[in-house]
Amino acid sequence: MNLEKYILAVITTNRNKVPAGTGVFFCDSKQEMESVAGNLEAILDGIAHALSEDLYVIVKH
Amino acid sequence: MTTEYTLPIVFGLAVGTITRLFMLRTDYRQYPTYLHGKIIHVALGFIAAGLGAVAGPSILEQEYTAVTFLTIAASQFREVRNMERNTLTELDNYELVTRGKTYIEGIAIAFESRNYLVIFTSLVSTIAYIIFNIWIGIIAAILTMFISHLLMSGGKLKDIVDIEYMEPRFDGAGLYVDNIYIMNIGLPERQKEVLRYGMGFILKPKTFNARSTIANLGQRQAVLHDVSTALGVYRDSGTPALVPLAKRDLDDGRIGIFVLPQERDIDRAIRVIGAVPTLENAIRMPTEKGGTKG
Repeated sequence: MNLEKYILAVITTNRNKVPAGTGVFFCDSKQEMESVAGNLEAILDGIAHALSEDLYVIVKH
Repeated sequence: MTTEYTLPIVFGLAVGTITRLFMLRTDYRQYPTYLHGKIIHVALGFIAAGLGAVAGPSILEQEYTAVTFLTIAASQFREVRNMERNTLTELDNYELVTRGKTYIEGIAIAFESRNYLVIFTSLVSTIAYIIFNIWIGIIAAILTMFISHLLMSGGKLKDIVDIEYMEPRFDGAGLYVDNIYIMNIGLPERQKEVLRYGMGFILKPKTFNARSTIANLGQRQAVLHDVSTALGVYRDSGTPALVPLAKRDLDDGRIGIFVLPQERDIDRAIRVIGAVPTLENAIRMPTEKGGTKG
């Protein structure tokens, strides 16, 4: 299956921002968030985009 | 066994094949490929030269129906275009930075039309040889080779744009070249990589027509492909964040080019971008539409 422009995962340190309908990874620190995002980027072949300080999304382009 | 036409035909055949060799240049783009790709095109050029060379004598012998085999030639060379298109499209999936369909179509058209230029060259030089003598034939050959050369080389990008180097920068997670937004890169680690290897260029159109031409996505992809081929590319499969991109400033039509070359040589990169062909299928001439208002 070929996905285009699809959010594969959300990585956040803010538990108040809980998106639905996709995989969410809660992290305790910014550092952990960056490392999780980095790993997921490599695993999922997507790009880690920063939407705000505490919210990253992995998008397949 | 030789007739009065044998020598002129051999002459036309030789001239045509030389013309094809002359037009067949394998440069940094590594296309056509060594060595088999080249052999195919020289062989087809030889066939084209043969067709052109025998067309002259058949007209002079009033064998007019014989000229119809030129139509076979036409369909034969259309096949060449298909072959080139199919091969390149298949291979494009495995390029780190793709050529793009517009570039492929441009290459395919060039291969077809060059065979017609070969037919033209050998036809004219054979007829000149038969009607006058070998010396006039040689002059005609040189002249038509020169015309072929003029017809084969299209415009270069440096004729229609000014190229300027611009260090890429980050504004938050947004990557910019000058004021043109390229993409959002989230990870600080990735951002460092991008700043270390990335180079930005601004293509400023010289005319209104150029503005539409470089806006073409195929033309932009051709620039990215050529730069990545000439200077290498810092990229691997599975790293979509490290992708060269070209984005447009909607206000004035400037194009921001972002590339990740292995070799950070600004002058060389500007020369490479300048030498990118303006693709026939991308050229637009809105100013030719005269007499319209607003």
